Amino acid sequence: MAHDTAHHESNTKRIWNVFIILSVITIVEVILGIIKPAFLVDIKLVSMKLLNWIFIILTIWKAYYITWAFMHMEGETKGLRRSVVWTSVFLICYLIFILLTEGDYIYEVYKSGYVSWDF
Amino acid sequence: METAVPNTGTEDKLWGGGNKPLKVTYGKMMMWFFILSDALTFSGFLAAYGFSRFKFIDSWPIADEVFNHFPFLHGVDAPMYYVALMTFILIFSSVTMVLAVDAGHHMKQKKVILYMFLTIIGGIIFVGSQAWEWKNFIKGEYGAVETKGGQILQFVDAEGHRVSLNDVAVIDTHKERVRHERKNGIWYTDEGTLPTYTIEEIRNGFAKKSDLLIRTQILTEDGHKTVLSREESLKKLNAEAIGIVEGANLRHNEYGTPLFANFFFFITGFHGFHVFSGVVINIIIFINVILGTYERRKNYEMVEKVGLYWHFVDLVWVFVFTFFYLV
Repeated sequence: MAHDTAHHESNTKRIWNVFIILSVITIVEVILGIIKPAFLVDIKLVSMKLLNWIFIILTIWKAYYITWAFMHMEGETKGLRRSVVWTSVFLICYLIFILLTEGDYIYEVYKSGYVSWDF
Repeated sequence: METAVPNTGTEDKLWGGGNKPLKVTYGKMMMWFFILSDALTFSGFLAAYGFSRFKFIDSWPIADEVFNHFPFLHGVDAPMYYVALMTFILIFSSVTMVLAVDAGHHMKQKKVILYMFLTIIGGIIFVGSQAWEWKNFIKGEYGAVETKGGQILQFVDAEGHRVSLNDVAVIDTHKERVRHERKNGIWYTDEGTLPTYTIEEIRNGFAKKSDLLIRTQILTEDGHKTVLSREESLKKLNAEAIGIVEGANLRHNEYGTPLFANFFFFITGFHGFHVFSGVVINIIIFINVILGTYERRKNYEMVEKVGLYWHFVDLVWVFVFTFFYLV
């Protein structure tokens, strides 16, 4: 936090730790993305490959570290933290839910409807 | 820290505006709310990308086949490596930024200068890498044929390796046509650059080279593109193909549906614009640090505010990376 500049202890160690965590997560993502293990691709979970769920969870984990450690959200007041994080999480989840549902519906229409789009 | 904001004389007056429930300065709070609104803009783009992808879930281009270049490795299939490198560059510049903020808390001007300099260099390298990625995408690699319905047909050999248009075409020198320009025809009409080959040259070449096959956009069960048999390929090419696509722009895209190119340009472009503006803002603050503005002000909160923006740019890239390159 910016106030109490005088007794501010150095966070350098934590910063490097977070950097190592972020790097390891990214390396894991890249390795999974290159080899694409067959068993992760085959398993479907809520109409998506398990591998994709792993990617999304790892991404959110990275986002958590960037926001909490680098942007120093962990040091802000509860009020500020909630007004930023809860608002965005709620609106983004809602938006993703309606748009993906609609996208899937249009896919079904294209597939089984009377309109041919591959001619 | 109050020196960054002029004092208003309301301090200690609980009911007179002296209460600060969020315990941050106005500038930092507003940076947070700007980031919140910008995050919603980016999620709008990414959710729209998800919408289009779900709409064409069985024919979306495979990212590993599109983004497989690495500098100085021509013709080597290197999916993911370059974009992983870009991600590391951006994460590392985020680290140097947070180190600059940390050094600012301890009023160490020299260290702030060093770390901000490294951050700016990282940002510039990242924007440059993105430009290179765009160049490869726009230029294309193998070329493809477009059908009446806007579908993309690509050429493969018997083993399933991609074949580029210049290995398919049999060039007919009599049919060479010059591009119509305003200066040598009707002045109010012109046309875009002509493709290297005509569709007839491709058809002739394909008919002669009997080991070639056509690959459609449709994905099979195991996530590969469907390869047609020789008879189906010939039939499809002769009946439906109408033109040549080389590379990608907003209307045609040799990798698959044009929407893929549109979202790629729009989302990475908007993100690249954020990186660019972040670099510009960082440079402004960097100059102020060198001039000693924040030494005189006795706090480095401005570095913290641009730091927030810079981390946000990194945060967005983490999501773009996942949804464009991994998923």
